[in-house]
Amino acid sequence: MTAMNVEKAKLNRRPLRKRVGNFFVHVLLALLAAVWVLPIFWIILTSFRAEPGSYVNTFFPKTYTFNNYIRLFTDRNVLNFPKMFGNTLIIAVVVCIIQTFFVLSVAYSLSRMRFKFRKPYMNMAMVLGLFPGFMSMVAQYYLLKSMGLTEGSWIRVALIIVYSASAGMGFQIAKGFFDTIPHSIDEAAIIDGSTLWQVFTKVTMPLSKPIVIYTVLTSFMGPWVDFIFAKVICRADADQYTVAIGLWNMLQKEYIHEWYTAFAAGAVVVSIPIAILFIFMQRYYVEGMSGAVKG
Amino acid sequence: MKEEYSVGTAIKKGDLWTRLSMIFFGAGLFGHKQKVKGAAVFLLEISFIFFMINTGIARLAKMPSLGDTDQVEVWNEAKGVYEYTAGDNSLLILLYGVVTLFVIAAIVVLWILQMKQSYKCQKKLEDGQHVPTFKEDMKSLLDGNLHITLMTLPVLGILVFNIVPLVFMICMAFTNYSKEDSHLTLFDWNGFTQFQRVLSMNGNIGQQFWHVLAWTITWAIFATFLNYILGMILAMVINRKDTHGKAFWRFCFVLSIAVPQFVSLMIMRTMLQPEGAINVLLTNAGLISEPLPFLTNATWARITVIVINLWVGIPYTMLQVTGILQNIPSDLYEAAKMDGAGPVTIFFKITLPYMLFITTPYLIAQFCGNINNFNVIYLLSGGGPTNVGDTAGQTDLLVTWLYKLTIDQQYYNLGAVIGIMTFIVLSIITLITYRNSKSYKDEGAFN
Repeated sequence: MTAMNVEKAKLNRRPLRKRVGNFFVHVLLALLAAVWVLPIFWIILTSFRAEPGSYVNTFFPKTYTFNNYIRLFTDRNVLNFPKMFGNTLIIAVVVCIIQTFFVLSVAYSLSRMRFKFRKPYMNMAMVLGLFPGFMSMVAQYYLLKSMGLTEGSWIRVALIIVYSASAGMGFQIAKGFFDTIPHSIDEAAIIDGSTLWQVFTKVTMPLSKPIVIYTVLTSFMGPWVDFIFAKVICRADADQYTVAIGLWNMLQKEYIHEWYTAFAAGAVVVSIPIAILFIFMQRYYVEGMSGAVKG
Repeated sequence: MKEEYSVGTAIKKGDLWTRLSMIFFGAGLFGHKQKVKGAAVFLLEISFIFFMINTGIARLAKMPSLGDTDQVEVWNEAKGVYEYTAGDNSLLILLYGVVTLFVIAAIVVLWILQMKQSYKCQKKLEDGQHVPTFKEDMKSLLDGNLHITLMTLPVLGILVFNIVPLVFMICMAFTNYSKEDSHLTLFDWNGFTQFQRVLSMNGNIGQQFWHVLAWTITWAIFATFLNYILGMILAMVINRKDTHGKAFWRFCFVLSIAVPQFVSLMIMRTMLQPEGAINVLLTNAGLISEPLPFLTNATWARITVIVINLWVGIPYTMLQVTGILQNIPSDLYEAAKMDGAGPVTIFFKITLPYMLFITTPYLIAQFCGNINNFNVIYLLSGGGPTNVGDTAGQTDLLVTWLYKLTIDQQYYNLGAVIGIMTFIVLSIITLITYRNSKSYKDEGAFN
């Protein structure tokens, strides 16, 4: 009895109109959230569906199975997914290391050091950023071809080069972050006899965990989701395909009926690590962004 | 101070060693106690000369004509088959020519640098100052000259795999390289012909261009501002004092970012087909009798891509503006509430102007990103629906059209022209908005 009274009193404290409004806000949020989550939910359901094909009559599968996943990692005849997964993993790890180093190096130099080439470099990066990326794609292919990197397993090297070569232009966010670290910290270290290299590795880096993680994350994700450069450089060499090309192929007319559910399974497999990483790193992502805007 | 070490003064006031380095690179360094550096620079010169004699000069000589020997079919008596004699490949001639030009530019830069350095060392010796030894130079690479160590590789990457290809493709715009009339191995310079074709209102290509350009800009405006405003409203709704379960709502929306974009877009695409999941479910529910033409009717397709792009973009905006929204000084809000302003007025009079002020650079980047938004269009509608006889579809952006022209059709020259046009459009937009934005005027100078 008393508990109910307390509840009532609590509710009465706020005007009715406000409570109704608040209720509708939550309904709206729930609706929106459903719109956002539904496609993802759908693909997870599809990955467990036993009926093949992309055209179905019901939202929920009629029978559930785990075979799509098993097939994805065992069927090596038509679309060799395990191989593609391996290829992409190798490329992603190497690109991640190179790109992180490049991005942080350039960002640190531009943020902390003053040299003649600095302003021209930043302007150049801005101008280059205004050209559509694919414009140079064809020429990159011929350049790599003339270096003999477009045959066999050299294709992996070619892809690594292509992905990491333009890393030096993606410095803005990291530079924005470095700009927010007070210069007095550097100066203190320099007075203590540190070289700039020591300041970079022992002072700035430990202070910049969010942006380091952000950079690692984005550069690792790149090769998993790019299929355009990969397609142009791999051409018909199916042995070198990356996951993105494989998934793309599964949805082409000749494969879609048989492979659609496997595609869903593949999509889930690729998304899970990225999703986990992303949800853990979300905070850092936001911090990196707001650092950039504030700077 | 800067003028003191220019090339001009180096030649005028240089001693024998310094002047010698006009011809023998590094001589000035060698003669002024920087033996290792001097020798290294000299080695570079030697290898450059070898390169030029070996291939460079021949390559440059072919640049004006882009080759003239056609590939010919010859009957090989001995083997009894037709064989092709190797003709000139204009594409490779152009590519190698561009590379050679860059090598020459690099050697000119090296020449200037070493002249200045020589004179600097000479001056130091004359003034009785200490000339850094090789060891000290090496050490400075980790200290005062750290930027050289850190930036050499990234800059090299950009130079070789971005700038060289870009210059090559810009050259392409002035040639007749195209699958039309099969100018694929042997092609020529043809000046501004392709530009005229693209810009003229009369021809088929020209009409498509203006059409695509208009849609690209419409798309970019809708995609950018709808995402921005709706994302901001969503962030505000979630961050409201009275909203329960903030973390849960945020999680729901962030989940869609965590799924790679191309995966979610391909899923959307299959769901939106005439026989796709959405149409089937709507038909089964008895809401529609015929499938909705999400991606097959031009107007429907345009609205669909904009709406789907909202699905992709709103969570990003939400994430990115959350922090900034919380930074808006609360006294602004309180003052407005005192004056009796409603939530709508507050949004348009306080929140939006404040956000615009802070995030203009972000908005410009978004706008440019949307003009170049290849993924959403290519994966979702593929640029379609396409009218018969056109190369560009109704939802094609300049970038996706560029992709189709170069990769699918092999009209490299037209593709390159479209690329240059995209660049021009973007630079104009960036310049105008950036120059006029408050954040540029106030904090335009970097630090």
